[in-house]
Amino acid sequence: MSEKENVLGRIREALRMKAPPPGSDHVGVGEPHHASIPPAQMRRWLPEVGSTFDHQLVAFRKSAAELKVDFHLLDSPTELAGLLLGLRDAEAWSKIGVHAGELTDFAAAKLGLPVCRTESGYEVADLENCSAGITECDALVAQTGSVLLTARSGGGRALSVLPPHHVVLAKREQLVADLPEAFALIKTKYAANYPSFISFITGPSRTGDIERILVLGAHGPKKLTICCL
Amino acid sequence: MKTPAAQFKVQATALTQDLRHRQLIQTALGKYEVVRDRTKAAFQDWPAARQAAAEIKWEAVNHLDAHLVQLVRNLEARGTKVHWASTAQQARDIILGIIREKKARSIVKSKAMTSEEIHLNEALEEAGFEVVESDLGEFIVQLRKEPPYHIVFPAMHLSRGDISELFTRELGSAPTQNPEELTMIARRVLRQKYITADVGFTGANFAIAETGMISITENEGNARLTAALPKVMITLLGIEKILPRLEDLALFLPMLATIGTGQPLTCYNSMYGGPRQPREPDGPEEFHVVLLDNRRTELLADPEQRDALHCIRCGGCLNVCPIFKNVGGHTYHTTYSGPIGSVITPHLRGLQDWKHLSFASSLCGACTETCPVKINLHHHLLHNRRNASKQKPSFFERTAFTVFSGIINRPRLYQCAKILGRFFQRFHGLVKGTRLDPAYAWTQSRELPPIAPQTFKEYWRSRNAGPGSPS
Repeated sequence: MSEKENVLGRIREALRMKAPPPGSDHVGVGEPHHASIPPAQMRRWLPEVGSTFDHQLVAFRKSAAELKVDFHLLDSPTELAGLLLGLRDAEAWSKIGVHAGELTDFAAAKLGLPVCRTESGYEVADLENCSAGITECDALVAQTGSVLLTARSGGGRALSVLPPHHVVLAKREQLVADLPEAFALIKTKYAANYPSFISFITGPSRTGDIERILVLGAHGPKKLTICCL
Repeated sequence: MKTPAAQFKVQATALTQDLRHRQLIQTALGKYEVVRDRTKAAFQDWPAARQAAAEIKWEAVNHLDAHLVQLVRNLEARGTKVHWASTAQQARDIILGIIREKKARSIVKSKAMTSEEIHLNEALEEAGFEVVESDLGEFIVQLRKEPPYHIVFPAMHLSRGDISELFTRELGSAPTQNPEELTMIARRVLRQKYITADVGFTGANFAIAETGMISITENEGNARLTAALPKVMITLLGIEKILPRLEDLALFLPMLATIGTGQPLTCYNSMYGGPRQPREPDGPEEFHVVLLDNRRTELLADPEQRDALHCIRCGGCLNVCPIFKNVGGHTYHTTYSGPIGSVITPHLRGLQDWKHLSFASSLCGACTETCPVKINLHHHLLHNRRNASKQKPSFFERTAFTVFSGIINRPRLYQCAKILGRFFQRFHGLVKGTRLDPAYAWTQSRELPPIAPQTFKEYWRSRNAGPGSPS
């Protein structure tokens, strides 16, 4: 017998005895439901986010500030270019990591710096030398201040975590209210063929492992800038 | 060799009196409680979320076979290699086998309690491989050749001074009292390791049956780098980590963060569905998932305590446990410490050797109250106590209770005992707090209250006899 059959055999044997329903202090609960909890129901439990764009923007700004994220709502591509050039000069960028995309291509062209492009395969040392990694994303989550990105929308696994500064370029219509909506989006967008990597990025890399004191940039980026057009 | 119980007693006694230790733990957990409560308060209906989380985990664990089959089918469909291990030994052999086959030399690891459970680092080092922990806390305790102190905060018992000293000794860095500088020293050392490592090893927080994904929650980005750069990725997954559906994470990720560290959401929550796919720029060429039983099925076979497998390893019960806060994480000598460790270790390593952990509890119930998936923790401590004495009754306890019930059931005898007790307590001062004292276990660090000069019965009688008493 294979180990798979051994383990499954022990599980099936063990499950012949029924366990009491969970939260037994909760009277009248039968066997728990076997269906997905609708987003509308989950939404009533999680932290509140309003339903309009303005409410969601307020929530996103609040989370971003708490997470020490630089968030910019921009009105035009010109403003975006100005912001990026400002960052380039202030931080003395020498090279950027980038992937193919409408906004990222625009940014790379405006910045006029040497680039490491990830979509066609890259050297790790080359990406490590970049001053910033610029990516697009799938969504911004108002509830938590998160950026949702995948191997496909964010130029792979390393671009958004290896360089010391991660710059996200997003569009206003990518702002979603909360986590249930973000997961629903992943399902409708990718269900036929999921990317091998999906991540919610909530602030710059951090640690509290030394006396619970917050330090940014533990292993990943020290800075996270989100530009929303 | 001391028994685990004797060792526990000695170390617990020493640590409860260690004021420096107490100070460090109180600083760390004091801050935690404040932030956790604030984050929890942002939920519109925490009790409903908790009940739903408990029900989802119940469903996952009580149909574990079907969910595992579904998980494995979905993982394999996208090129992941799945291995099954019944025992720790098998898991070590599988992992060593993959590493040898790939002719790998160095392994970079992100935090995984399952690997502590099977003592993977020792096995890898013995076989001649270089293995580096990349989570800052784990890196620190690895340099100290210690197991993690806490399942979420591995280096919680150390001050920045301790860590600076350690880095100076082991890494040759200049001493500093600045946590940021200390973190940057570790960052520089570990950066090179990610880039040169042949194999990346991770644990897992959840496994999604419906989509065949491994979900990893972290703050530092070390797991993301471990899963991005090396050519081979290995994940060691306890079979109970299953969740049925992808959208269940919309509930579990914020709940794990809230109770685990007090954050609304942990910095990186990443889902890995396979090795690098066509038209993806990077990621490992091979992705191996090792499913670990290691006596989890024994816990599953106990319907009364099966809900202990709902555990999402948030560490919340450790953080609120008065025992953990006093005796510290290392005193347990188990992979999982705190209330959840006391509940499951007897199932994983033997009831008689580890029952003392279930007795080392005030049964205050703070663990049960905080648990985000409603594990009935403090009742399980009672269940362990009951099972242990049923399996191997203690002669002393049985005799004591026989004598006690003999006296308490006979009013005259009880009267006599009370009079004798009051009489003998006058002489208690002579032996109090010494080993001759029959109540030594209590009086070595506490006062024994005097037996009241008058019983309630005596008082009632005198009250009724007196003037003005109600008729």
